[in-house]
Amino acid sequence: MFEVVSNEILAENLHKMVLVAPRIARARKAGQFVMVRLAQGEERIPLTIGDADPEAGTITLFIQAIGASTRKIVDTPVGGSIRDVAGPLGKETHITNWGRVACVGGGVGTAVLFPLVKALAEAGNEITTIIGGRSSRYVILADELGALSKNLLITTEDGSLGSKGFVTGPLGEMIADPACAPKAVFAVGPVPMMKAVANMTREPGIETIVSLNPIMIDGTGMCGGCRVQVGSETKFACVDGPEFDAHLVDFDGLSDRLTSYRKEEAQRHAATDCKIAKEVAK
Amino acid sequence: MSNDLSPKERMAIERVHMPELPADERSKNFEEVNQGLTPEQAVAEAQRCLQCKSRNCVAGCPVGVSIPEFIDALASDDLPRAAQVLRGDNALPAVCGRVCPQETQCEALCVRGKKGDAVAIGYLERYVADWAMQHPEGLIAIEAPEPTGKSVAVVGCGPAGLTAAGELARQGHKVTIFEALHDTGGVLRYGIPEFRLPKEIIDREVAVLSRMGVTIECNVIIGKTLTIPQLRSEFDAVFIANGAGLPTMLNIMGENLKGVYAANEFLTRVNLMEAGRRADSSTPILQRDEVAVIGGGNTAMDCVRTARRLGAKRAMIVYRRSETEMPARVEEIKHAKEEGVEFIMLTAPIAIVPTEDGWVSALRCQKMELGPADDSGRRRPQAIEGSEFDLPAGIVINAVGTSANPLLTATAPDLTLNKWGNIVADEEGETSIPGVFAGGDIVRGGATVILAMGDGKRAAAAIDKYLKR
Ligand SMILES: Cc1cc2nc3c(=O)[nH]c(=O)nc-3n(C[C@H](O)[C@H](O)[C@H](O)COP(=O)(O)OP(=O)(O)OC[C@H]3O[C@@H](n4cnc5c(N)ncnc54)[C@H](O)[C@@H]3O)c2cc1C
Ligand SMILES: Cc1cc2nc3c(=O)[nH]c(=O)nc-3n(C[C@H](O)[C@H](O)[C@H](O)COP(=O)(O)OP(=O)(O)OC[C@H]3O[C@@H](n4cnc5c(N)ncnc54)[C@H](O)[C@@H]3O)c2cc1C
Ligand code: FES
Repeated sequence: MFEVVSNEILAENLHKMVLVAPRIARARKAGQFVMVRLAQGEERIPLTIGDADPEAGTITLFIQAIGASTRKIVDTPVGGSIRDVAGPLGKETHITNWGRVACVGGGVGTAVLFPLVKALAEAGNEITTIIGGRSSRYVILADELGALSKNLLITTEDGSLGSKGFVTGPLGEMIADPACAPKAVFAVGPVPMMKAVANMTREPGIETIVSLNPIMIDGTGMCGGCRVQVGSETKFACVDGPEFDAHLVDFDGLSDRLTSYRKEEAQRHAATDCKIAKEVAK
Repeated sequence: MSNDLSPKERMAIERVHMPELPADERSKNFEEVNQGLTPEQAVAEAQRCLQCKSRNCVAGCPVGVSIPEFIDALASDDLPRAAQVLRGDNALPAVCGRVCPQETQCEALCVRGKKGDAVAIGYLERYVADWAMQHPEGLIAIEAPEPTGKSVAVVGCGPAGLTAAGELARQGHKVTIFEALHDTGGVLRYGIPEFRLPKEIIDREVAVLSRMGVTIECNVIIGKTLTIPQLRSEFDAVFIANGAGLPTMLNIMGENLKGVYAANEFLTRVNLMEAGRRADSSTPILQRDEVAVIGGGNTAMDCVRTARRLGAKRAMIVYRRSETEMPARVEEIKHAKEEGVEFIMLTAPIAIVPTEDGWVSALRCQKMELGPADDSGRRRPQAIEGSEFDLPAGIVINAVGTSANPLLTATAPDLTLNKWGNIVADEEGETSIPGVFAGGDIVRGGATVILAMGDGKRAAAAIDKYLKR
């Protein structure tokens, strides 16, 4: 059992949860994730370890409640507990001092980016962080990331905060200007965003690393469910990743595999929504 | 009935038939297929045993169960004694009685098998083990051992780890099992389906260990949460039994299409995470009318029979050799056939054909013929030119095998591995690190429950010796 010590709402459907998990807090490195299972009979869900406090024995998760399982996880109140939290899993990010780097986060990807930015800052990199969301309500962790970065740029699709447009806008400007072109780019977010970033940095040959989010079951390399095509090889994101060279990833294949259970999930949502509606009606 | 029968009388008894659920009924649910023997059947079958001096059967058993002794007790209807004999040699008899390939082990060497049918040793083992579970009061109590003050960490809660833990606890050592998944049993739970091995059996066997003082910590991944060097410093000895690992890919076109599963994913979703078993299960699984399973081992049989139970109208095994070469247990093949599984033999997959929107539509195959024997002693399949054809399928499951998982070994640089990445261990299970032992699939590659248990038992004896040095 893993106790929930805090559960904050950062934006619509986006929660920051702190759990007691002393061993994981001690062992984890940037880029790693945990497999979370709320209770008996529930699904195992991969979530990035956003932050950790080895002294307090806690880890921080940023969770976007999109489907039935993540919704149930974020509904756990402070003082409640989560039955299973296993990790840290995945390879740690290869952190070195590149000099100038750009870190790009979209939506909940921003949360996944946070431990990366922190580790890159500790290694002495000069960081430009570009984060984006649909509107100001979906832009998260701006203050925390701002404190770690030399520059923080924000984009929103509706222009309600920062510049109007996508994260690729400011990134494109950076790359075009030899005075501020990054040596490396880290991008985390929706698959189409990571694909767009990869396409921008391929031509100028800027090393680009993305953190992939395929469907996972065990997270330990046993099931093969998380496979992605990277270059000419099939890789298991949970043990070989989740970070990969963006220029080699087959993003279209990944997006496509992520829709595998769309029909099944929709039926489940309908089922849970109905139950809630019935409860309310009572 | 008396057990003072003459050999002639014993020879006159015919081998028992295990009562089974009717095939059309069971192929729609996950209930156990084999229903177990009645008391009369069990005693009569036990009386078929000639109690011969040569004890060939014992030699055929990787853990050396005292087979004639437990069968003799059963033939005399002395179940407490039969159970005691069995428990003394085998930590998981109710599991072995259900999943061991007896026909190639103990029963293969039974004297009675030379002319007619071997004694149904597996069925009898299961009968005695099940009786013992239901009659804990009838069992001879095991005395709690004197604590030795030594501690042992066991990595992995599969058959090898469970067996070693039991043996070590019996010696009075303090044992902690670390398991990466959220539940116990290893392949017994996430791989082997309930229609062959009910989860309750695993729970009960695990409960016996807990009563003996073994601690089990799930959600701990050795190599990640804790490392072997850390365990080595916190415990007096370590036994590694983390199983086989990564699925082997087919390396054919279309392998990453939607609807293509590796066997472990398919089975884990259903067995460990209850997908398709309960209407309200939160784990999704695909269900299609035509399911093609590639492979001929126990894993392939489990996948195809599970697919059938999830509603597949056409559930097919595609195997590149012929049925005689299939490594699956004979009983599993028989049960699969009865349940309407189609066997497409001498057929190798060459590609997976997509629909326009990225789903599987068919398995492209090629017919094979058998050439001369290869290193494994089995005849090598050779492709027949121009024999390609498409097998329509909405789901394709790859059940061709696994290779060693590097997750643990990557953080234990002092551990010597062989060229396939398996841990190198000597006869007694000792590895290149003093005080660290290993056994089961991680040493052998994909093998069997009983071989894993045999490793656990031998390693426990070696660890005990090591700790007493
Ligand atoms: C290594 C890794 C780290 C991750 N870190 C985080 C994190 O820190 N915070 C966070 O909120 N999420 C993270 N994710 C994504 C998260 O695991 C999924 O959003 C979650 O599994 C969805 O579960 P669900 O049952 O609630 O939604 P579902 O009902 O399963 O899915 C809802 C919709 O999302 C799609 N979907 C399913 N699985 C995923 C997936 N893995 N990624 C994206 N879309 C998916 C489905 O196709 C469906 O359309 C991470 C994923 C991986 C692999
Ligand atoms: C579908 C299927 C059907 C089978 N049917 C049969 C059959 O009918 N008869 C038969 O005899 N054999 C059968 N086998 C083979 C048999 O199950 C295995 O040989 C046996 O389970 C191996 O035992 P083990 O203890 O070595 O490993 P496993 O049973 O694989 O157990 C290893 C355990 O270690 C855990 N683990 C892995 N890595 C770590 C880590 N880093 N830290 C902590 N824990 C970890 C795993 O989660 C697992 O619980 C079958 C196998 C499969 C896959
Ligand atoms: S999640 Fe199972 S292999 Fe990666």
